[in-house]
Amino acid sequence: MNKRDFLKGLIFFFPAGGVLSALAGAPAAKETEVQDAGPKGADAKGPGAKPYNSRDHYYGMGIEIGKCIGCSRCVEACKAENDVLRDPFFFRTWIERYVIKKEGEVTVESINVKSRASKEAVQEDADVLRTFFVPKLCNHCAHPPCVQVCPVGATFSTEDGVVLIDSNRCIGCRYCIQACPYGARYLDPRTKTADKCSFCYHRVRKGLLPACVEVCPTQARIFGDLRSKASRLVRFARMNKIHVLKPALNTEPKVYYAQMDGEVR
Amino acid sequence: MSPHLTEGLYELLDQITGFIYPNEVEIHWSLLIVVYPYITGLVAGAFILASLVKVFNVKEVQPTYRLALLTALAFLLVAPFPLLLHLGRPERFYEILLTPNVTSAMAMFGFVYAWYLMAVLLLEIWFEYRRDLIVLGAQEGSWRGWVYRALSLFSTDVSDTALAFDRKAVRAITIIGIPSAFLLHGYVGFIFGSVKANPWWGSVLMPIVFLMSAIVSGIALVTFLYMVLTSLRREAIDMRCLDTITSYLFYAVIVDFSLEALDFIHRLYQSEESVKILGRLITHRLFMSLFVLQILIGMLIPLGILVLAKARNFSDDMKKLLYFTAAILIQLGIFSTRWNVVIGGQLFSKSFRGLMTYKMEVTGIEGLLVALAVLALPFIILAVLVRVLPTKRLGDEVGGAA
Amino acid sequence: MRIPEQVKRLAVVIAVIAGGVLLTRFFIIPRSLVSTELHRSATVERELAKPVKLAGSVVCQGCHEDEAVKKSKGYHKNLSCEGCHGPAAQHAEDPGAMKPPAPRDRKFCPVCHAYDASRPTGFPQINPTAHNPLKPCISCHNPHDPVPPRTPQACSACHGQIERTKAVSSHALLACTTCHVVPERHKTAPRTALPSKPETRDFCAKCHGKDSTRADAPKIDVSGHGNSYMCWQCHYPHLPEGRG
Repeated sequence: MNKRDFLKGLIFFFPAGGVLSALAGAPAAKETEVQDAGPKGADAKGPGAKPYNSRDHYYGMGIEIGKCIGCSRCVEACKAENDVLRDPFFFRTWIERYVIKKEGEVTVESINVKSRASKEAVQEDADVLRTFFVPKLCNHCAHPPCVQVCPVGATFSTEDGVVLIDSNRCIGCRYCIQACPYGARYLDPRTKTADKCSFCYHRVRKGLLPACVEVCPTQARIFGDLRSKASRLVRFARMNKIHVLKPALNTEPKVYYAQMDGEVR
Repeated sequence: MSPHLTEGLYELLDQITGFIYPNEVEIHWSLLIVVYPYITGLVAGAFILASLVKVFNVKEVQPTYRLALLTALAFLLVAPFPLLLHLGRPERFYEILLTPNVTSAMAMFGFVYAWYLMAVLLLEIWFEYRRDLIVLGAQEGSWRGWVYRALSLFSTDVSDTALAFDRKAVRAITIIGIPSAFLLHGYVGFIFGSVKANPWWGSVLMPIVFLMSAIVSGIALVTFLYMVLTSLRREAIDMRCLDTITSYLFYAVIVDFSLEALDFIHRLYQSEESVKILGRLITHRLFMSLFVLQILIGMLIPLGILVLAKARNFSDDMKKLLYFTAAILIQLGIFSTRWNVVIGGQLFSKSFRGLMTYKMEVTGIEGLLVALAVLALPFIILAVLVRVLPTKRLGDEVGGAA
Repeated sequence: MRIPEQVKRLAVVIAVIAGGVLLTRFFIIPRSLVSTELHRSATVERELAKPVKLAGSVVCQGCHEDEAVKKSKGYHKNLSCEGCHGPAAQHAEDPGAMKPPAPRDRKFCPVCHAYDASRPTGFPQINPTAHNPLKPCISCHNPHDPVPPRTPQACSACHGQIERTKAVSSHALLACTTCHVVPERHKTAPRTALPSKPETRDFCAKCHGKDSTRADAPKIDVSGHGNSYMCWQCHYPHLPEGRG
């Protein structure tokens, strides 16, 4: 092959490739600070409140399994707040019931999905060692596999630790749904784009709590800012031994479970 | 939301065994996503066969060289279709090329595909066919002549130096093409293999197994097409060529089988947490498609047929029959392999506690009919290609123009 | 060395294609279509613009002082108004436009209070079929201060599962107070005034030790049996030996 042509080709392609990758790499997770529309309701931040700087916050959720009564108020509130379809196939958050028996048999069911097999309530059984409810939702991982695999960057992490989905860019390839180890994502059949829990970002930014945390009757869910000086979540993490789901996958989830049983997946 | 969709999902809900995360009831990557790696696999495999001639100088296989290239092209052109049809928002497909997320294997695949199509396949075909295009451009009249002249980029030089350059170019491109073909289909394997959330997919061996099964299917396809084409043209088949191709097919099947057996044995021996649910997966959901279609019909029986054909001294006609059968069975087997990976990986819950079902639609944009159309399309394109571009070098064929 | 004619032609085609692609991507296509920053900030803005459907209890308190005050003193003080009344932000914006429903049906309260073995022990639970059948819950329990009309006297009113387990055991005839000292306040403030539990092996020895006068209790040599472990580490006091 003609060496000169080969070299000419190289000289042409490498800068082009360099330019391409430089331009692709430039807008790296730099989020413009968005001013709030102003304080609303009783959560006013006070006069002269400074604009929201997402670098000052880092949100997470704490769940105390021993307190959950499996009433599903959270599931209902989430569906109402976030306009999620009512059918039992699309959940931003759901509750699982675990029943662990003496011989090691473990039965799990989601109490929000009424299939033929599900029962209304677990009755007593002398063979049951432990039984409890586990609320589940998107873990807003610090090292999210869904963000890693999205081909168009439609799902991304904000600087305040919330993983959001840009539904105007999502192409509906569903790679993120495959990559999520927790089953937190689903495809919204109305928009044909991926959807999931957003930590009620639209509420949190206004100083409100996520809908599920708001309605929980036993305060089994705690929402907090890990960078705040006085935070319910920080105390939660101090007073409880914390577990996360599937730690071996190194997704660094930010939903922290207290009193989580080893059988919980 | 359409009642039809809800109906379908309620049906699926009833067929769940054990516990699944509620969002998992819907199987997201359907038949079209089974078709896609099958097609790119054929591309890679056909190209590897072509490379046997140009890089490894296996002269016996020369009669299938151009056919292999055209087959690769025909299938490569169709490869994006199943993906496009599967997207929830296909009108936004351009984003994957415009603003790709560089950490996503799927996004990078768009560029691998473009590279392979333009810098490898089209370029190689051009250099290989340039002389013939010039000849045909001069021979044919009216618009056909124009098409040929345009395809040759209005080149006119058919001197010996120019032709020698073409040959060197083809060789060089094929050398680059081999790792490119590996990348093309290995990437598809990587798209699955890198998903740590799914233990059926997430494995280091996945890209390698994908690639080997691609080579098997590609060689088998070209065998099949060569036999069909020569039969349709009522030409004599080159038995030495056929025997050599099927030898390579045989070696490829051995390697592929060994790799898959290794994967299986490794999983069983290591016995990680997921081994229980995966065991239930293959016995309850994938029994037919794995043990019967993929292993027995797709690998063991063709292997037996090929051994038989090689070991015994059969007549040419008998051998042709055996090779033909083996080639078809292998296609079924490799398609099942893709099915077992793609669909199989979605039939068990990530909670490791339950199994789902996949209901294949017949109509609908991701249904059986569309999949069959997508699978038929490359053959139609190939039929056009072999009419336009001669499969034998002009002047080499015995009696009559191509 | 001469560049072959075909390579020249090819180079022209490649240059045109590559040039066209680069030109389009970096000059013709507007930045708004390709900038990740813009896309992300636009997404955040769209999120923030989403309507709030649940106002939060603090907002309800703004108008409904009386109910809020009443609720703040009772067992339901940590409940959010909208947990029972549904999303009410619309109502908070414009009270006349929409009135949040007040659930009065007997099917509603059991969503939290029906007995379910998976619920934590001590959480007030009833059997909806047996507990005052057909009477609406609100006829005895004010939802904003759901004090039961009569203070439960029997332990089994709240600790039903333990009672039912014990009832078929060898400890069936023992009153709960045999082993647990229950402050009176426990009946109205269960989580702050907790009953005691035995703390030493000597306690069980009172019936099960060799010198005990209790005739029907099996006797063991307390100093030898089970070394230094507490009795209840092996024997579940509400169903010893799982008999029954």
